[in-house]
Amino acid sequence: MATATHPERAGPGEGPGATALPAISLERISKTYRSGGEAVAAVRELDLRVEKGEFFSLLGPSGCGKTTTMRVIAGFEDPTTGTVRLHGDDVTQVPPHRRDVNMVFQSYALFPHMTVFDNVAFGLRRKGVAREELNRRVGEALELVELAGRGRTRPGRLSGGQQQRVALARALVNRPSALLLDEPLGALDLKLRQAMQIELKRIQRDVGITFVYVTHDQGEALTMSDRIAVMNEGRVEQLGTPAEVYEHPATRFTAGFIGTSNLLSGEVADTGGGVTAIEVAGAGRVLAAGGAQAGGFPAGVRVDVTVRPEKVAIARAEPRGDLVRLRGTVTEVVYLGSATHYTVKLGNGAEIVVFQQNSSDAVGAAERGDTVWVSWRPEHSSVLTN
Amino acid sequence: MTATEGTRGGAGAEAERGAGPGAEAVAGAAPRRVRRRPDWGKYLTWAVLAWLFAPILFMVAFSFNDAQGRHNVTWQGFTLRWYGDAFAYPDLNAALANTLSIAVLTMVVSGVLGTLLGVALGRYRFRGRAATDLVMFSAISAPEVVLGAALLSMFLTMNVATGYLTVLLAHVMFSVSFVAITVRARVLTMDASIEEAARDLGAGPVTTFRLVTLPLLLPAVTAGGLIAFALSVDDFIITSFVSGSTQTFPLWIWGATRVGIPPQVNVMGTLIFAVGVLLAAGNVLLARRRAR
Ligand SMILES: Nc1ncnc2c1ncn2[C@@H]1O[C@H](COP(=O)(O)OP(=O)(O)OP(=O)(O)O)[C@@H](O)[C@H]1O
Ligand SMILES: [Mg+2]
Repeated sequence: MATATHPERAGPGEGPGATALPAISLERISKTYRSGGEAVAAVRELDLRVEKGEFFSLLGPSGCGKTTTMRVIAGFEDPTTGTVRLHGDDVTQVPPHRRDVNMVFQSYALFPHMTVFDNVAFGLRRKGVAREELNRRVGEALELVELAGRGRTRPGRLSGGQQQRVALARALVNRPSALLLDEPLGALDLKLRQAMQIELKRIQRDVGITFVYVTHDQGEALTMSDRIAVMNEGRVEQLGTPAEVYEHPATRFTAGFIGTSNLLSGEVADTGGGVTAIEVAGAGRVLAAGGAQAGGFPAGVRVDVTVRPEKVAIARAEPRGDLVRLRGTVTEVVYLGSATHYTVKLGNGAEIVVFQQNSSDAVGAAERGDTVWVSWRPEHSSVLTN
Repeated sequence: MTATEGTRGGAGAEAERGAGPGAEAVAGAAPRRVRRRPDWGKYLTWAVLAWLFAPILFMVAFSFNDAQGRHNVTWQGFTLRWYGDAFAYPDLNAALANTLSIAVLTMVVSGVLGTLLGVALGRYRFRGRAATDLVMFSAISAPEVVLGAALLSMFLTMNVATGYLTVLLAHVMFSVSFVAITVRARVLTMDASIEEAARDLGAGPVTTFRLVTLPLLLPAVTAGGLIAFALSVDDFIITSFVSGSTQTFPLWIWGATRVGIPPQVNVMGTLIFAVGVLLAAGNVLLARRRAR
């Protein structure tokens, strides 16, 4: 849905087929901090390409190197190794004030001694933009973030959300080729956060600037992004659209970090026709089909396979059709109004969580202690690579 | 009085809770009585202030003393004579001029150097940072007599004639640390990303310093500068070692004690004090304006 709004985007392409130069590309970037005697590898051999006009998110737990990656792009940190390119130009040695990207800091970093207007005008004044144009553009930027009329206020007098919007206007007014946002909503309460998410997305659509967005909130990343890079320990674990990352996690980390997932360990029994059959000892056979995960696993290899709880159906009678079917006992039923969560224990002791919408025919599908069938379509299985 | 006090407390509490669900219950309850205890903190504050101001008060008072003869130590009646006659001693005038010009130069030079030093110490990691710290603190903590004697032997060894310039050098030497420490404290509490934001928006290092760093440091810089000025005007011990034949205000007074200090000294002291008060008040006003 989100991708359709960007006609100028060069396709989902991290592949070699992408035509236009990427707005940002990081090539084998490493950053090692030395503090005292020990070295901390904040980013390890990172490769990333952010396409023009894209809303790109870096998602990962605290300390995984998101801020470091942003600071390398903005020019505040020299990478230990690797190359930073903006629109194809190597800018690794270019200082931050000569890079055509702007950053929105987590702490906003507004200039407290200047008015809102002067804050927003700062970048344009550095470029020597003429007075009339400057006034017009600052006015437009303030209007865009719905702060017109607050130009003479000092930032200290504004609320957190308003300050956040000034920080955004201050960066946007320069029309940078890319905007880097480091957890810009981190300091806001939930309600304001959600309102600002929608607003940010609207602004990004209106101005069509490439956004690189750092967050450790998976919900935020899933709702706002065109593509997400899931980071862990200085590396990209998985890169893809929100749906790809959510529906087909490629690694244990992604599966565990985003949403809830069911994890089963087994051995590849058979591959063929794009379908991988995995024998889960004591539980049964799990099929995985479609997607990149399906092929390339030789028989006998031990793998993990996951499925999202909302893809799993629960029934007393054995379901029919081309489905993964496993038998188990219901150990827990949690009624949540619009949905019911079941926990089903399989023959090998593993537990499968099932989220079932409470549509009229699904209510009371099973009760605690029932022996049931859980089933899902092979396309919804993801085989994990590590 | 106690009753009014109590009512006021009750009203305040109610206003604080606003129209919350608890408001009615509070309004219904009897207002809590607040017994006033004697405010010892207040008395202590006034006592300390009086103690601090007593010498200054005497200095100012004796600038109006109608002293007869050489000694201005007993009160003999009010006069404005000494104010009309403030500049009767050419030596004293010269000494005062030296003191003031040295103090202003000290303020400017150590203000600039101390600011740069403070920013460097607060913001950057560099080789020799710990050593710089050490030297700064030893310059503050070393006994003045020792510093003065050491400076004198240094100037003698290096064949530098002592005089106005050596006094200025010595004053900058001991006051620069104070400025640096004041500025560094401010730098440490400042969000480094504010300066990074300026860089990010296209300001080079120098522009960033001029437009963002310096304005944010200004309160600390002026405070440090004022300290430097005050230290310089005051200094007697180190100055006495390195002044050669140059007279400063404190040195002249010290020399005059043997023959009697003329009331003009009190007049000048009072005037310097008045200027100091004005400067401090100006600083406060400026800070308030900036805070708005
Ligand atoms: N200036 C520094 N000196 C030493 N180590 C650092 C420095 N900055 C970051 N690190 C280390 O690098 C790693 C990555 O830090 P980074 O700030 O990039 O994480 P992050 O993903 O932004 O985390 P968060 O979500 O908490 O902001 C951490 O282990 C951190 O301790
Ligand atoms: Mg961070």
